[in-house]
Amino acid sequence: MNDRYSRQILFAPIGEQGQARLAESRVVIIGCGALGAVSAETLARAGVGHLVIVDRDFVEESNLQRQIIFEESDALNRLPKAVAGAARLARVNSDIQIEPIVTDVNFENVEEIIAGANVVIDGTDNFETRFLINDACLKTKTPWIYGAAVGSYGLTMTIVPGSSPCLRCVLEAMPEPGSGPTCDTAGVIMPIVTTIASIQAAEAMKLLTGQTDELHRSLIRIDLWDFEFNRLDLSSFNDEDRCPACSKGEFEFLRGAGRQVTTTLCGRNAVQIARTGVGALNFAALAERLKPAGEVAFNDFLLRFRVDGYDITVFRDARSIIRGTTDPAVARGLYARYIGA
Amino acid sequence: MNIIVNGNETHIVEGSVVSDLIRSLGLNPVRLAVELNRRIIRRAQWDSTTVLEGDRVEIVHFVGGG
Repeated sequence: MNDRYSRQILFAPIGEQGQARLAESRVVIIGCGALGAVSAETLARAGVGHLVIVDRDFVEESNLQRQIIFEESDALNRLPKAVAGAARLARVNSDIQIEPIVTDVNFENVEEIIAGANVVIDGTDNFETRFLINDACLKTKTPWIYGAAVGSYGLTMTIVPGSSPCLRCVLEAMPEPGSGPTCDTAGVIMPIVTTIASIQAAEAMKLLTGQTDELHRSLIRIDLWDFEFNRLDLSSFNDEDRCPACSKGEFEFLRGAGRQVTTTLCGRNAVQIARTGVGALNFAALAERLKPAGEVAFNDFLLRFRVDGYDITVFRDARSIIRGTTDPAVARGLYARYIGA
Repeated sequence: MNIIVNGNETHIVEGSVVSDLIRSLGLNPVRLAVELNRRIIRRAQWDSTTVLEGDRVEIVHFVGGG
């Protein structure tokens, strides 16, 4: 179809040559929630030849307010997000190949999932997966684009191994579980999602067409309600400040550091989630964040939270027992959404 | 003395270091990146880096949602 990309080809920085490069590209989108859906739709329409969409979750009614590629029927049928997203994108653009992968990304499968990617896009909702992506992309020298949003606030940063600092260089340590707001506790509005994901998609298009000089080289921070746009300039980042992964090739997250260990508790319809090396949780602060989302109570030893028929018990060391499922991926999803991983 | 934090004029006690500033703003230090006069300050230097009158500080709070 010659006319399909005509307006994009008219845009001088892309042109015929850029369009041909997009068609030959492979992009892996990890997490197809709000951010991932916008990136997937944008890059499918732009004509990226091979899109891989990876997600562990299924579509729910509460997703429809912001997760742009899903419809009511997807929620009714509880379709996996990767499957529903791929079906929609196949209707949008039959020129391209779309590969859905329904899985929980972990230290054992992440390298296989990103293999051959020209760019990896972060659409995840937790830091555990982002630190895995960071290590895997540094190891394979694959550019990846961090994005995150909560409330009306969002962040994005483009990581080009060997030329920019990585997420770990800037954030230094993986944030502890239960230490921050999530979209399921603080809410989120769609405009910040589309803003952040659009920046991610534009950066991906620059990378795929070989225009690394045009990257924004910043950590971008936007609040659409307070109307604040700010950037930390990363172009002057000191080499001596590089993290162990960048400076010494130590990819500890690929060896399973900081990972959640899940155990299905037989006969109890429950899954336990534990992570080592976590200090004492602040139950009062966590309860405050959870209050708008469900029923919450705590004592000195544990916090109980009930939502959507699930019963989540959190201990001081962030170990949790999630009742109402025997599927570790469902339990990890709930943990990321409510406790924050 | 006054400094600029994320574009807003902010008053802090003279002689404050970066970690004093984070405390006085009531921020959870776990999820922050701090830039002082366009240079990122590593976590290990937060206790020893003094903030001076008129300095420009950018504090980015990382979130996990998506």
